[in-house]
Amino acid sequence: MKLVLHKVRVTLSDFELAVDVETDSRVTAIFGPSGAGKTSLLDVLAGVRPVQSGFIAVGERVLLDTRKRWFVPTRERQIGYVPQDLALFPHLSVRQNLCYGAKDKQTANPLFNFDHVTEVLEIQGLIARRVTDLSGGEKQRVALARALLSSPRLLLLDEPLASVDDALKAKIGAYLLRVRDEFPVTMVYVTHDREETLLMADDIVVLSSGKVTAAGPVREILARSALS
Amino acid sequence: MSAAEWQVVWFTAWVSALSTLVILPPGLAVAWLLARRQWRGKSVVETVISLPLVMPPVATGLILLNWLGRYGWAGRFLHDRLGIDIVFTWRAVLIALGVMSFPLLVRSARVAFEHVNPRLEQIARTLGARERRVFFTITAPLALRGIIGGTILAFARALGEFGATIMVAGNIPGKTSTLSLAIFQLVQLGEDAPAYRLLAISVALEFLAVWVSEYLMRSEKRRA
Repeated sequence: MKLVLHKVRVTLSDFELAVDVETDSRVTAIFGPSGAGKTSLLDVLAGVRPVQSGFIAVGERVLLDTRKRWFVPTRERQIGYVPQDLALFPHLSVRQNLCYGAKDKQTANPLFNFDHVTEVLEIQGLIARRVTDLSGGEKQRVALARALLSSPRLLLLDEPLASVDDALKAKIGAYLLRVRDEFPVTMVYVTHDREETLLMADDIVVLSSGKVTAAGPVREILARSALS
Repeated sequence: MSAAEWQVVWFTAWVSALSTLVILPPGLAVAWLLARRQWRGKSVVETVISLPLVMPPVATGLILLNWLGRYGWAGRFLHDRLGIDIVFTWRAVLIALGVMSFPLLVRSARVAFEHVNPRLEQIARTLGARERRVFFTITAPLALRGIIGGTILAFARALGEFGATIMVAGNIPGKTSTLSLAIFQLVQLGEDAPAYRLLAISVALEFLAVWVSEYLMRSEKRRA
């Protein structure tokens, strides 16, 4: 599904985020150092951060067009978001977290049904637990499942492997690959790790201090000496 | 304790509870707006809401008397249109207690709302939740201890209110006399024994309310 960000301008505390990219790949990595504006860009896509100007479309659907004063509210964007801190609802059980955004059977995409999602992410045994009792890896899978159960058209993943140790990284990485291969959803994957980018993404957008310094196929862009 | 003393205790307890219930919905709405929204005139509203905390209570009472009296703008409207008199009735006690405890409720609830991670609310919206659902399923439950603590603190403030109440409701035995007004009057009359009995009840009620409120506020901070 095509993702278009045209002349998107966002004022951040230290700099202005300015993005003008189009990508048609299943998984697009947003790559760059800490503080480059990667999370802010995900927030803009999700509609939780105000934008000064710009145009955003996912497939045929225009989410934002400031010239026409068009803004699709966050709740209607059909965007699954797994932030870096996961943002699981601490007062709810795993089941309640998973069902929070789950569509009913008539409107849900059958591929995103409860049994399939929980099976792929191997969390059936966690459903009755409290989220506060889960390990880091379990929380990661529950947050991923919660986002998928809302039948998203676009899935935003903010550095899903950044705060886990190496052993867990391999395990979570395997689940992320399963999600990529099992579910028909376009993904935007924020990372600052080259290996992760090569493993997960087809296209890459390189951000530095809010500006796009390179964009295109992952191998081509990463091969350039500027990134090594 | 005499029947008259019990009446004072009962009247103070129920009118304080009712005033707290009445200010709860607007108090939570204002607290949420202050915690979660940026709007023009916000600092002015914040200041106006906090005024009863710092102004002499009798001054607040005098303002209320001017507004709610038969010749005040609100009092005249209520008298002429609805046939309701406010000053020197239990309704005046209710309004005085509500006005004086409103800032405490708003401040406590605002802090409780601010402790809720906004990321949780944003993610709830990405999952399709409307604002009302976000508030009732995420914000309010996570701020609940702070809200209850603030509510109890407001109730405690209402229990001990004196200055504004005496200005706008007077001290009419069996009609508008609250614990603090009754204690004051009994001391003036030299009736120490009943004054100390009411004092003991007042201290016990206030201690319990403040202790529970502090406990809930502390556990709210720990949760955050």
